[in-house]
Amino acid sequence: MNMDMPQVSSTTPIISARGLSKRYGATVALDNVNLQILPGRIVGLIGPNGAGKTTALRAILGLSEFDGELSVLGLDPRTHRTELMEQVCFIADVAVLPRWLRVADAVDFVAGVHPRFSREKCEKFLARTKIKHTQRVRELSKGMIVQLHLALVMAIDAKLLVLDEPTLGLDILYRKEFYESLLNDYFDHEKTILVTTHQIEEIERILTDLMFIKDGRIILDASMEAVGDRYAEVMVAPDKADAARALKPLSERQIFGKSVFLFDGADQAHLSTLGELHKPSVADLFVATMKGTYA
Amino acid sequence: MNTGTPMNTFAWLVKREYWENRGGFLWTPAIVATVFLSIMVLALVWAEFMARKNGVDINGIQLEQLTRHLGPEEMAKMQAGMDIGLLTLGVPIGIALFFVVFFYGIGALYNDRADRSALFWKSLPISDTGTVLSKVAAAIVLAPVLATFALIALQLGFLILMSLYALLHGINPFPLLWSPTHLVAMWVKLFLMLPVNALWALPTIGWLLLCSSFARSKPFLWAVMLPIFAGVLNSWIGLMNHLSLSNTWFWRHIVGRLLTSIFPGSWLDAEQLREGFQEAGGMHVGVNGISPTLTFEAIGNALATPDMLIGIVAGAAMIAGAIYFRRQRTESYA
Repeated sequence: MNMDMPQVSSTTPIISARGLSKRYGATVALDNVNLQILPGRIVGLIGPNGAGKTTALRAILGLSEFDGELSVLGLDPRTHRTELMEQVCFIADVAVLPRWLRVADAVDFVAGVHPRFSREKCEKFLARTKIKHTQRVRELSKGMIVQLHLALVMAIDAKLLVLDEPTLGLDILYRKEFYESLLNDYFDHEKTILVTTHQIEEIERILTDLMFIKDGRIILDASMEAVGDRYAEVMVAPDKADAARALKPLSERQIFGKSVFLFDGADQAHLSTLGELHKPSVADLFVATMKGTYA
Repeated sequence: MNTGTPMNTFAWLVKREYWENRGGFLWTPAIVATVFLSIMVLALVWAEFMARKNGVDINGIQLEQLTRHLGPEEMAKMQAGMDIGLLTLGVPIGIALFFVVFFYGIGALYNDRADRSALFWKSLPISDTGTVLSKVAAAIVLAPVLATFALIALQLGFLILMSLYALLHGINPFPLLWSPTHLVAMWVKLFLMLPVNALWALPTIGWLLLCSSFARSKPFLWAVMLPIFAGVLNSWIGLMNHLSLSNTWFWRHIVGRLLTSIFPGSWLDAEQLREGFQEAGGMHVGVNGISPTLTFEAIGNALATPDMLIGIVAGAAMIAGAIYFRRQRTESYA
């Protein structure tokens, strides 16, 4: 245990960024980003391709240079990467485990270098899979590689877990199991998970907070309850569609001959007079918010 | 448990290099030694077969009488020749080690970026300095130590083979082939050479790791073509002549040191070596100079030459550069 590690109470942010910026030549990857992430949250960082998600995560993990202020667990990731990695875990994309590595050696290695790793926990997670200790990573399927990576990471008692597209290219069984394990066996009120993914539908129910990023800017940063209060979707019969349009919806789409309107901050009591009121799905919200991104 | 202490972590890092490169570090020298011994067995069997077929009779008794009647001087000469023979067995192993370490150095900080597993290693509390230094240690300590054991095994195999052949012809192999003081002294020297080899190799391993860490793609081309191109360019415009240094100087001290210093024993001066071989036939064998080309003195002296010291400084600087780029670059963009 590192005694110099600043004490983190439930109100001190795990991650705090001010004026975080990063450019690659003429391209602005992060444009003056301010954000705070509190402990015990599961935050989804959602954005279209090239919006700056990975750049933001790389900055948080100390993997790339950036401008502005950034503090992760009270440490500057540029200068204290090694200490930080004792408290931060990350799964960056699927299948980044080295292909020559043997499962038993992987467990031994992490047990050898990581002071917060529990071998018993890891073995327990591995026992639930079909992975054998004598196998090499190259002999495992993509789904099994992710299971192995998750078993290694969940056995580390870290404060922050960063997941960058952790289930890309996996089938639905592995994807479901991945997030179920995380919730049931790993997450607690002292841990924080920051996740980016394009499979929004699958994580929407587990998120506590939502962040949308577009063109290097955070354009939405709210808890899921706040999102539910702020956004509403109304299914409107054709005769009332013009009335709905007059209220300046974020988006409109057609389903079964009816129009579905998505509103930001409209009076929900009034909206309910127009038609059936829903909580919008994050995916619909995302599509409405990111309209015109690739145009 | 001392998990996470720097020394413990470093030991695991070196172990990781061994796991990944067992084929090069362990099996390559072992296979070279085995192949060499097999060829020797075949050659002896063939020689024996041809001799019998053509009715040539090797008269063992006479040969043994020959060694029995050797004076101490001639005996020492014979043994010096034997030492040279045994050390020559190191050439194929040395060549194998050179290629293994060369390609290891080029890939060490590049391959894990190309297959993105660097992202996994960087998710663990391991410093970039520790990572790079563990690769230096694997290249200039671990691989040569394993190759040295392979060489000793090859020498023993060779001696056993020659002894069996001698016995087959009724010659007592012990006085000439199995002199314990000789063998032990030679092996001690082989191990004493290791730190000298390692320090001498620093500019090459530093250069290879720097390219491996720096290159966004094709580290081999960077590592090989840049010095050679510089050498050609220099020969062409003759820059060195202005500094009253020859083009040969540039090829030997810049290009050569960047690319070939990982060859074991390449710090030995070629001129001295030739003289040494000649002296082996003369009186200069001496009581301590068991292998005349490789005296304890020569090993010690090599450490204090300007070539060695400047090389160490340049190598350390390039390793520092490799650490810097290791921190900057997480993925290759090939």
